[in-house]
Amino acid sequence: MSDILELTAGQALERIASGELSSAEYFDAYAEAAAGDELGAYLWRADAGSANGTADGPLRGAPIAVKDIFCTEGIATTAGSRILEGYRPPYTATAVRRLTEAGGRVLGKTNMDEFAMGSSNENSGYGPVRNPWDPERVPGGSSGGSAAAVAGRLAPWAIGTDTGGSIRQPASLCGVVGFKPTYGAISRYGMIAFASSLDQCGPLTRDVTDAAILLRAMEGRDPCDSTSVGIDGGVELPSRTDLKGLRVGVPRELSADAEGLEKGVTEVFERTLGLIADLGAEVDDCELPHSAHGLSAYYVLAPAEASANLARYDGVRYGLRAGSEDGTGETALVSMYERTRAAGFGAEVKRRIMLGTYALSSGYYEAYYGRAQRVRTKIAEDFAAAFESFDYLVTPTSPTVAFKLGARAENPLAMYMSDYCTVPMPLAGLPAISIPAGLAEPDGGGPELPVGLQITSPAFTESGLLDAAHAIEGAIGFGARPGGSS
Amino acid sequence: MIDRDQVLHVARLARLELTEDELERMAGELSGILEHVERMNELDLDGVEPTSHVVALENVLRPDNPRPSWRREQVLEPAPDPEEGAFRVPSPQA
Repeated sequence: MSDILELTAGQALERIASGELSSAEYFDAYAEAAAGDELGAYLWRADAGSANGTADGPLRGAPIAVKDIFCTEGIATTAGSRILEGYRPPYTATAVRRLTEAGGRVLGKTNMDEFAMGSSNENSGYGPVRNPWDPERVPGGSSGGSAAAVAGRLAPWAIGTDTGGSIRQPASLCGVVGFKPTYGAISRYGMIAFASSLDQCGPLTRDVTDAAILLRAMEGRDPCDSTSVGIDGGVELPSRTDLKGLRVGVPRELSADAEGLEKGVTEVFERTLGLIADLGAEVDDCELPHSAHGLSAYYVLAPAEASANLARYDGVRYGLRAGSEDGTGETALVSMYERTRAAGFGAEVKRRIMLGTYALSSGYYEAYYGRAQRVRTKIAEDFAAAFESFDYLVTPTSPTVAFKLGARAENPLAMYMSDYCTVPMPLAGLPAISIPAGLAEPDGGGPELPVGLQITSPAFTESGLLDAAHAIEGAIGFGARPGGSS
Repeated sequence: MIDRDQVLHVARLARLELTEDELERMAGELSGILEHVERMNELDLDGVEPTSHVVALENVLRPDNPRPSWRREQVLEPAPDPEEGAFRVPSPQA
């Protein structure tokens, strides 16, 4: 049994294909592991023996953990919010439907920061998730449940969403692979909206090949999402083992000059640059001059879009409704709206709604929202200029290793800094992958914890990005796992 | 930078009831975040076009063919207070 849990999903699919492993056995091994979840990774789990539907298709009945932000027909979907407690959507998100049509089965719905707003999973309305490497530490966020489940052997692989780093940062903190594809690669239909111009679905997996398998099953144009375009030519499974003839840029602003970069993270990153050079790539410094302003632009644009998207939680059509109160000076209807939202949303969601509403309000629109949109243009231009000289850009994924539960919970800005290196890519719509690069102690000492390497490439070059990540993954040879090295 | 009255005004726009404690805390937290955000003011952005969306798509069209939508019961099923095939709400006048 434990042997099954150590396989990558790709390896397990091969065993199922050859008849060495049955798909029911594979599903049940994980259903039983998930039933013993002590990390708080799951909000809903399928029972062992409940695998149904066909095991046909490339995913051969494999279990998949799904972030609770994806609507699943008949299965509670909360996006980590109390305002959606008990909500059973009448339809299934396209990304999930594509996975099940390819033979995948939903293993469970994973815990997350409420409406994907957070970098530690402490903003979930249903309790925090613990990092399998050290249960006193956060798994990152907002796809913290998905990352912890994959790292903790409670799921073979998972899907999540990334708006400013919500796949890559938890992948980095949990020592797994996390891939945010190009904006438009995968349909957002049925993916509960946070910031619609940035949100993108992607896989969290044990290795780069598994990420390619899930991406291949999910990508494509969807008539239900007019911004989805799919990946031209599809997704090739990665095979590359060298980087000969390729140019890799190291943006100073997001590496050596990044704010709050830990010493251990720097060491692992620099060691990895050496490996990339050993693979035959030409490694050189480059510049993304506006990326240091990425967080500022992001924390205007994302809350602004969120304030509009979250207007739908008004106690009328679904979710929580609170009773109205007399004597507020508002009508009974408005009082109901205000009290429902006060009762249903957590502190961070309220903060972002307030921030976004302020940034969009009369008199401030141009100073904040308009300005942030122009910074976004400059950030995209920086990347375009860098890609004239380089095929890939590499940075640390997170400035720090996993931090302790509660360490940043009282300081929103400190929490936002967790996304320093991951925010510029979604602002420019670019694909980026985080792969485990090694282990390092946090500043001030502590256990050795995973460090992620982030690799970025031009829009819709997913196959090339996966190939490079595959080559680097091979050179790194990351074999450590939570609870002891292998 | 942003005071209690401004917070109250924005909370009304956002249809969010805040407690006294939340009002005070929010004023401090939002000011801190906005101060960070205002670092953007260092940049010269004259003549820079705003980006609202990164995929260069315009007017994505589909054939205008009628097709069945969801059943009324299906849509009303998750509603907190469905009544006679509709969503019932408290009075918008009283």
